[in-house]
Amino acid sequence: MTERERTTMVPFPSDAIIPERDLGTRPVLDARHLGVEFGGLKAVDDFNMIIGRTEIAGLIGPNGAGKTTIFNLITKVYQPTTGTILIDGKDTAGMNTIQVNKAGIARTFQNIRLFNKMSVEDNVKIGLHNRMRYGMGTGILRLPNYWKKEKLMHEKALELLSIFDMQDLADTTAGSLPYGAQRRLEIVRALATSPKLLLLDEPAAGMNPSETAELMENILKIRDTFQIAIMLIEHDMKLVMGICEGIAVLNYGSIIAKGTPEQIQSNPAVIEAYLGKKKEAEV
Amino acid sequence: MKKKRNSTFVNNLITYLIVIVAFVAVTLLQNAGMISRSLKGQLVPICVYIVMAVSLNLVVGISGELSLGHAGFMSVGAFAGAIFCMATKDGIADPTVRLILGMLAGGVFAGIMGVIVGVPVLRLQGDYLAIVTLAFGEIIRNVLNCVYVSTDAGQLYFGFNNPSLPGKLIVNGPQGAQGLSRISTFTMGFCLIIFTLIVVLNLINSRSGRAMMALRDNRIAAESVGISVTKYKLMAFVTSAVLAGMAGTLFGMNFSTFTASKFKFDTSILVLVFVVLGGIGNIRGSVIAAALLTILPELLRSFNDYRMLVYAVVLIVVMLATNSERSKQWLAVIKSRLSREEKGEAER
Repeated sequence: MTERERTTMVPFPSDAIIPERDLGTRPVLDARHLGVEFGGLKAVDDFNMIIGRTEIAGLIGPNGAGKTTIFNLITKVYQPTTGTILIDGKDTAGMNTIQVNKAGIARTFQNIRLFNKMSVEDNVKIGLHNRMRYGMGTGILRLPNYWKKEKLMHEKALELLSIFDMQDLADTTAGSLPYGAQRRLEIVRALATSPKLLLLDEPAAGMNPSETAELMENILKIRDTFQIAIMLIEHDMKLVMGICEGIAVLNYGSIIAKGTPEQIQSNPAVIEAYLGKKKEAEV
Repeated sequence: MKKKRNSTFVNNLITYLIVIVAFVAVTLLQNAGMISRSLKGQLVPICVYIVMAVSLNLVVGISGELSLGHAGFMSVGAFAGAIFCMATKDGIADPTVRLILGMLAGGVFAGIMGVIVGVPVLRLQGDYLAIVTLAFGEIIRNVLNCVYVSTDAGQLYFGFNNPSLPGKLIVNGPQGAQGLSRISTFTMGFCLIIFTLIVVLNLINSRSGRAMMALRDNRIAAESVGISVTKYKLMAFVTSAVLAGMAGTLFGMNFSTFTASKFKFDTSILVLVFVVLGGIGNIRGSVIAAALLTILPELLRSFNDYRMLVYAVVLIVVMLATNSERSKQWLAVIKSRLSREEKGEAER
């Protein structure tokens, strides 16, 4: 298959999470036969997934199933041993994390990774780094371009922070924010890079039910305002079933089920992975 | 936001003001003849060490990499600057212009050295980086011990381990640079400090500086938002090397002769001590620490034999006081009390 054919290809219905929505358009993420081995141990094996342009996809599975590893493969923190990843039709073979981000993927982390000693606003400005550029000399000599771009960055940063009503916290040191706000800031920082696909690793971890409900609303809001695809790993089933349009279930590094929330909830393989097999007597 | 931009602005302004006020005060005292001869001799070195400390703070505090070879860049700058100043002695009559151009030459050569060293070294992190930079500093010193440079009729001659060069020797191997005209002045030192502060403070508060600090705070997260690790680590490293080179020229041209052994490992550590005591990442702290700790041994001259002992004790006490949790809490209490009193007064 040539490169051109591949990029214009209609996704296989069996690989897409909700095939009927994205037929005919180029998927934002197209992962095929993805696999990685760590010293002979297959952490992920034959992972296939296609995400449409404005889809919200969920990746669930028991602890240690390899969910975060998938994120690390997509963002090239680990180089996959097998398989290909296309981002918006572009092959990512040989790319590093930085290039993948420029290609349109931004992520948050399971264990929050903020720039703790910097202010909230500066954290967002770091996200804007590649979108509003000026050189080192401009910065040192404070040329007019510096003031122009810094002003733009400041306005953009506050605008992004306002998604989560965090404008007032702009001057706070990121490390001293409460836990929930840190998670939200991570999302804002990721959004600042203007991604096509946003990867959220357990965005609701450590949040109480009302915060989670707010987060769900915000994820939908982000999708609608920025028109981007979102893929999330989450253990909170209320959130996953509530907002994901398609869900993939991972166990021992392989996908065991794919489908809409309703299909997943009634899938016996999923129930088995989470709760174990029913005893013979009960059947 | 307005408030914050103002507070960084005010903070930087205070730093500049401290330097300017100190310069004016010392100049006035000097004119009044109230400064001892030994202290007078220390004025240029103080400027040099301030620049060294501020530039090292860019690497250690802002970029977050421990470099132990800062004196290496200083020596490259010192020799390059000295050779330049000697070679153009007849060409450029005005010593100030000659010194400025010499500092530029020293900065350029140190910068080139910074790139050469930085590209491979910045692939390492933490302790490994520290060890390699330490080794680099020693290599530079040993190489410079074997370099001979002479000038004859406007022509420069270089020799490695070979002192038989035509004309007059400027750099004579282990005996170092010689026959220099002492053109460094306190005023030039002051100008270099201001220049360094402008470069470093403006860099920190710009897009590039933020990228450096992001890499320091969390490398993985910085990469995930598209910050190039090599570019910004190298930018910090080379900028710091250039400034160290310029300081080196100023230092070298303060003597009629100097040797490569002046830029030993001890010097790197001494500058690191200034940075740590002044506060890692705190530029104003570096300025103050470098100035005070360079003067301190002179002030302690009356203690004679116990001089270095007292110096060591002072270092340890300051280190403990600024780093222990209890003293931090204590300071925080005092601070809050002071601010409360201020507020109370304002209300009244």
